[in-house]
Amino acid sequence: MADGNEMIAKEGVEEDTVEAVKGLAGDYKYGWETDIEMEYAPKGLNTDIVRLISEKHNEPEWMTNWRLEAFARWEKLEEPDWSMLKYEKPDFQDSYYYARPKSMQVKPKSLDEVDPKLLETYTKLGIPLKEQMVLAGVEGADAAPADAKESRVAVDAVFDSVSLGTTFKEELSKVGVIFCSIGEAIRDHPELVKKYLGTVVSPSDNFYATLNTAVFSAGSFVYIPPGVRCPMELSTYFRMNAENTGQFERTLIIADKGSYVSYLEGCTAPQRDEFQMHAAIVEIILEEDAEVKYSTVQNWYPGDENGKGGIYNFVTKRADCRGARSKMMWTQVETGSALTWKYPSCILRGDDSQGEFYSIAITNNYQQADTGTKMIHLGKNTKSRIVSKGISAGKSQNTYRGLVSMHPRATNSRNYTQCDSLLIGDKSGAHTVPYIEVKNNSSRVEHEATTSKVDDEQMFYCQQRGMDEEAAVALIVNGFAKEVLQALPMEFAMEAQALVAISLEGSVG
Amino acid sequence: MQDARKSAAKRLEAMGLPQRRDEYWKYTRPDLLTAEKPAAAAIFKHGEGPMFAAIDRLKIVFVDGVYDADLSDDLTLQGVKIWQLCDAPDWAQESYGKLEETGQSPVPRPLATLNTAHATEGVVIHATGESCKPISLIYQRKSETSDVMMHHIIKLDEGVSLTVLENGAAAARLNTVVEIDVADRAAFHHIRTMGRDHGRVAATHMFARLGAESTFKSFTMTMNGKLTRNEVVMELTGDNATAHVAGVAMGDGEFVHDDTVFITHDAVNCESRQVYKKVLRNGATGVFQGKILVQPDAQKTDGYQMSQSLLLDDNSQYYGKPELEIYADDVLCSHGSTTGAIDDEAMFYLRSRGVEVNEAQDLLILAFLAAAVDEIESEEIADHIRDRLASWLTRRRK
Repeated sequence: MADGNEMIAKEGVEEDTVEAVKGLAGDYKYGWETDIEMEYAPKGLNTDIVRLISEKHNEPEWMTNWRLEAFARWEKLEEPDWSMLKYEKPDFQDSYYYARPKSMQVKPKSLDEVDPKLLETYTKLGIPLKEQMVLAGVEGADAAPADAKESRVAVDAVFDSVSLGTTFKEELSKVGVIFCSIGEAIRDHPELVKKYLGTVVSPSDNFYATLNTAVFSAGSFVYIPPGVRCPMELSTYFRMNAENTGQFERTLIIADKGSYVSYLEGCTAPQRDEFQMHAAIVEIILEEDAEVKYSTVQNWYPGDENGKGGIYNFVTKRADCRGARSKMMWTQVETGSALTWKYPSCILRGDDSQGEFYSIAITNNYQQADTGTKMIHLGKNTKSRIVSKGISAGKSQNTYRGLVSMHPRATNSRNYTQCDSLLIGDKSGAHTVPYIEVKNNSSRVEHEATTSKVDDEQMFYCQQRGMDEEAAVALIVNGFAKEVLQALPMEFAMEAQALVAISLEGSVG
Repeated sequence: MQDARKSAAKRLEAMGLPQRRDEYWKYTRPDLLTAEKPAAAAIFKHGEGPMFAAIDRLKIVFVDGVYDADLSDDLTLQGVKIWQLCDAPDWAQESYGKLEETGQSPVPRPLATLNTAHATEGVVIHATGESCKPISLIYQRKSETSDVMMHHIIKLDEGVSLTVLENGAAAARLNTVVEIDVADRAAFHHIRTMGRDHGRVAATHMFARLGAESTFKSFTMTMNGKLTRNEVVMELTGDNATAHVAGVAMGDGEFVHDDTVFITHDAVNCESRQVYKKVLRNGATGVFQGKILVQPDAQKTDGYQMSQSLLLDDNSQYYGKPELEIYADDVLCSHGSTTGAIDDEAMFYLRSRGVEVNEAQDLLILAFLAAAVDEIESEEIADHIRDRLASWLTRRRK
């Protein structure tokens, strides 16, 4: 094919759909870069670099040692190759592990003191860093100031290896909520960090997690005290700007007894010809009756239409539902990255705890995604639900990989898994790799997966009830992604819908 | 054939025997199959009549893995040519180990290669016309410690149909490879019942190639046995072919049953179905690893994969890995997998209508197994299988 950008659409797939899919990955809106003077740690990775990173964050000794132990372990590990991702293994010595804007050398006291160039970056991205501003892109927000309060979002803005600042800190602290960068938390709340950090994703968890443990910079820390319903959405916006630099953030969320928080994560990066590594860790701890919603719109630079450049996204996200009746909900819209390797998981340890995973993964051009979840049922009467929708276009490969495990003690538990894949164009691939392990008989595990266009039986059902074909398709297709879209908080639903704005009408053969 | 054996030995050396850490052996320990010597397995006297006794068939009997001419029927049958493996005609010598070798990608199956390298017993069946009756391979056992390998080659010419039956434990440890080449418009039917000896272990492999508009239907019933690993590796190479593989496994106590199925669609408008049902109790373990691979040009593929387990108590376990790997867009592929206990409501329904508890349970189990048994084309054989399943359940009532 002479023109790599040309996508062969199946007969019946509407032009709009093709355009929408193209728009998602083909024309990356956030590919510009901020021209700013940066300060780097020397290229490469060794104990000195690990020490340097720790030093730059003014970390206590226990933290430095923790990093060094992880680094020693990492050196013995080999990069795994069990995923369906095919790529040239990156040279870990040919990258920077720490980069911060020069202007951030002295930590600004408040956001007002932050270099306007940096703030501009976020304005351009539509991320409000001023407390009086409401999130851009939320429809009707400007018109209805009375409701503005409802859509306020506290933001922790991360730029390469540093956190620029966190909004609404004071207001949140009034109710006892701690929301700051992980670096600040290590300094100001060492008792909480020591108690929880690394208890969900241990330093030896996997190759990328171990790497992250050694070199992490920035990331957010959240603590919601018992019985508190966090008064606003919390969010982190990750921006990779520096060239040849990996981003390794670490987020720790602790939801104490009976608390609730909804957390949003967004990410973008400039358009470059070189691959860039992103290896993050998110750890979430839920105590009794706590509820956490974690929503991601992942829009890292996916590479160009010939598969050049893009982010290698290797992320370990895990929630530990330690307390009884706790509830974790992961929602992700994955549209970016050249490679996605990501399995947000739930350990359902507490009795009656619940885990949910809703995912839309869209791949185009040469993107590859290997994503899914793990639901580990350890407690009695635990419930989990997995809904995964994969859409592959261009020459991309899209894999759902998941594990549902019912331990002997997890009696009367329940899992329902549904993975649907949709293929657009005949050069892409859609794969499903589920693992099911059941070790008691009072639990029920159900798994369904389909790969197709639009289900004939559903069509028949609708048409039999007098709907015409177009209306039936519209209804079914709405349903294809809606289950996941509906699970997103309103602030994200708009962005996600714009991203997924795919009309699949007419895609029935 | 000697060359094929030598080259298989070389291939085996390169890949090594299966290890516990191999992804392909994730849920089943290969130790018993790779141990130097098999453990002794007592010969089980179940007291029921021989399998398929009522069916008019041509019997080929192996005792401890060795062809027994006295017990076997005369190897002449209209429309079919049959040889012992040691007398294999040129074409069969040529094709020996070929499908097995192709089936080594993308995952190596060393036990099959081991078989190709060392098996000396087996039959070659060439269906050239319409056969009047099924060919029945009967594996008898006399030795408690026999370690047996058999390798069969089956070839169906264009447009012909053939039914092959297999039954018996054969050995304390059994390793079989069957290579089946189904030409265009031919139809192959296969019904197998694994041996019921409690201590036996077995690894079986079917490697099949399907031509255009051909049909392949295989059903396996497993009751008892310490370890069974049944692999099917099939490639649909001609358009409009149909492949159905099904199985029921009944396990009580020390029992591991593993169905590992890999179906590749490499042609247009083909249909494949995998239907596997397992009933497990007293610590029995069931494993299903199924994969449908749809190659880029295999448009209009209809692939279906169903794996279900009934766990009758808390000690039994089920592991499943139903995979789809799809590179064509105009396809309809789905899989389903369910695991759980007998439905309380269904039980209540039957009990409230006066059905005794054991009977109600058996009824529901048989209903659960029905979809797999229904895959058997011949009603006569299907009934025979249903009877065996019912009596297995009756015997195990408390």
